[in-house]
Amino acid sequence: MWWVLLSSLRCIHYSPSSHPAPLCVPELGMFPELNNLLNTSPEGAEQGKLTLLCDAKTDGSFLVHHFLSFYLKANCKVCFVALVQSFSHYNIVGQKLGVSLTAARERGQLVVLEGLKSAVDVFFQPQEEPHPLQFLREANAGDLQLLYAFVRDALEPVDGGEAVWRCPVLLVDDLSALLSLGMGPVAVLDFVHYCRATVCREWKGNVVVLVHDSGDAEDEENDVLLNGLSHQSHLILRAEGLATGFCKDVHGQLRILWRRPLQPTAHRDRNLTYQYKIQDKSVSFFAKGMSPAVL
Amino acid sequence: MAAAGTCGTGTRSTGSVVAAASTNNVTSFHRRGPRASGADSGCSRLVSIAGTRPSVRNGQLLVSTGLPALDQLLGGGLAVGTVLLIEEDKYNIYSPLLFKYFLAEGIVSGHALLVASAKEDPADILQKLPAPLIDDSYKKECDEDVCSHKTESDVKMKIAWRYQLLPKMEAGPVSSSRFGHYYDISKRIPQQLIETSKWHGFFLPEKISSTFNVEPCSLTSGYMKLLQFIQNIIYEEGFDGSNPQKKQKNILRIGIQNLGSPLWGDDICCTENCDTSHSLTKFLYILRGLLRTSLSACIITMPTHLIQNKAVIARVTNLSDTVVGLESFIGSEKETNPLYKDYHGLIHIRQIPRLNNLIYDISDVKDLAFKLKKKLFTIEYTLRSYGIRGQKYLLSGHLRKFAVKKKPYLRRLQTLKNIY
Repeated sequence: MWWVLLSSLRCIHYSPSSHPAPLCVPELGMFPELNNLLNTSPEGAEQGKLTLLCDAKTDGSFLVHHFLSFYLKANCKVCFVALVQSFSHYNIVGQKLGVSLTAARERGQLVVLEGLKSAVDVFFQPQEEPHPLQFLREANAGDLQLLYAFVRDALEPVDGGEAVWRCPVLLVDDLSALLSLGMGPVAVLDFVHYCRATVCREWKGNVVVLVHDSGDAEDEENDVLLNGLSHQSHLILRAEGLATGFCKDVHGQLRILWRRPLQPTAHRDRNLTYQYKIQDKSVSFFAKGMSPAVL
Repeated sequence: MAAAGTCGTGTRSTGSVVAAASTNNVTSFHRRGPRASGADSGCSRLVSIAGTRPSVRNGQLLVSTGLPALDQLLGGGLAVGTVLLIEEDKYNIYSPLLFKYFLAEGIVSGHALLVASAKEDPADILQKLPAPLIDDSYKKECDEDVCSHKTESDVKMKIAWRYQLLPKMEAGPVSSSRFGHYYDISKRIPQQLIETSKWHGFFLPEKISSTFNVEPCSLTSGYMKLLQFIQNIIYEEGFDGSNPQKKQKNILRIGIQNLGSPLWGDDICCTENCDTSHSLTKFLYILRGLLRTSLSACIITMPTHLIQNKAVIARVTNLSDTVVGLESFIGSEKETNPLYKDYHGLIHIRQIPRLNNLIYDISDVKDLAFKLKKKLFTIEYTLRSYGIRGQKYLLSGHLRKFAVKKKPYLRRLQTLKNIY
């Protein structure tokens, strides 16, 4: 019967030789294939960059896990503002990618603001000291000054001592949650601007933020935030769901856009598109239409 | 063939989930759900609470939603510490059923309940819960169905021939300590089950009359009081691990009905640009924070079809973990569509969370329809369009035998044969 033949054909294609082997050793963790696509490695990470992660119709949190483990491996001091999931979620995924967040936190490399847990503390009990999420108690959304102060205190380079960590990195997951909590888009843009001025320019560090793209939902505030950040960022990684709908073998499409290249001779605004499939411990990337399931 | 493939995964996931979990000692039994009681040190004791089971994939603690078919679609069950958002159907006929199944499952499993509503007294809601089906009565259900279609069972299947080879027995309920039970909607739950259960009710009209000194906040007072109530219960009953003397750990099942409707004091369903537009999203965020730090699971039904501002729906979806949408055919043009003749509506699984993992369990087939029979609420796969590969699949959770066909299915089979 022809459908039996079809099912047997499907079993044949899963041969590792059909897909180019990644250059990085798998034990390095993160997503070695994404490092290849971005032309970076933990040893030679660029500094002073704002990276914008964006997802539309799909879940782009795998990019957050990648950058978190990447910068921890690169021996950078990381301040992680985790607003949407608990710390243990990132920890467990991080272990699959080869980094231990609890160990990093203990040795002082990682500072985490757990949004969900802190929100409960702030909301139900009045705090004596100003808390980064203080705005949850107020009726009128103010600004994110206290959150910026938290980031600044966490990443401030220690004076006098030799540099233990390579560069400070701020990672925010995600900024759209701040809009849901009553912040205006301008306040969030101001916050990112302040962080860029301090972390990127002054301390030569990196900032990575995730914003959801609402797409058809016409979320004007979110669009303002997204457009504003797109113009400021050096690198945009955009994870999109496939236009044709759900597919088991190709989970989505990743668009990589380099803006403001540092070398004047490099191409202006290089733009690449890959399709990806997320697996248990890694993500595999391939050119459009070249999924192993299709070939 | 896709049919055989789906069928295979179906039987694998029902029949041998427990077996797989027990053999897979390396991953599933050595990791505990991180939402459980405060212990951030990542201790690896297996928490054995009645009515829960660890997920096969990542050891996450799961509870049943009350509908084994829905459990299967959600990857085994609802994770403890997460929110299940049900987008109500247009006339709010079928979403209360899912709500009641969730609560009834809590009573049968011995979990504590917290029922919040602005429309109905929680005591009344509990009285109307469906009665659990014990083994004999469920088998009788199936036999009745079989007898009425006995005459057609001899017809050999020509296209879906693989299904004929399947065993004719179904996986029915075994005992009350099982994960996931079946319920009879036509009967009420026995009174003694409600009396022996531990439940807390939040009825908004009662709570709002008492004066409450609270500082002005952008949350509407109804949401504010509900959050205070939930936090109070979690703290006092020790669901967040604050009371270490408690010997027996238990799950708190929270059910919130019609959240976002004007009865809660929120005008998000009335106008497009309302003053309290952030109230609902803030509420969901803080609720999620409460759930993540305690042993609880929450079901919320929300009339999203009434929300004027589409951006709010997108934000609410992002702030919830699992989102299931119900679309009933009443009054829509799909009612006359011959494909949907047997069904009452479509069920859309809009979002499933990726917890502690990069990947998540998701069923391949996206076209799911539900049907409310006299006693049961069933979910089945359906097709959007006829095609060469057109087949009718049935979920093994409510495994109606593939060999037993109803008349319309046979008719469809005949038409497919003619197309061939």
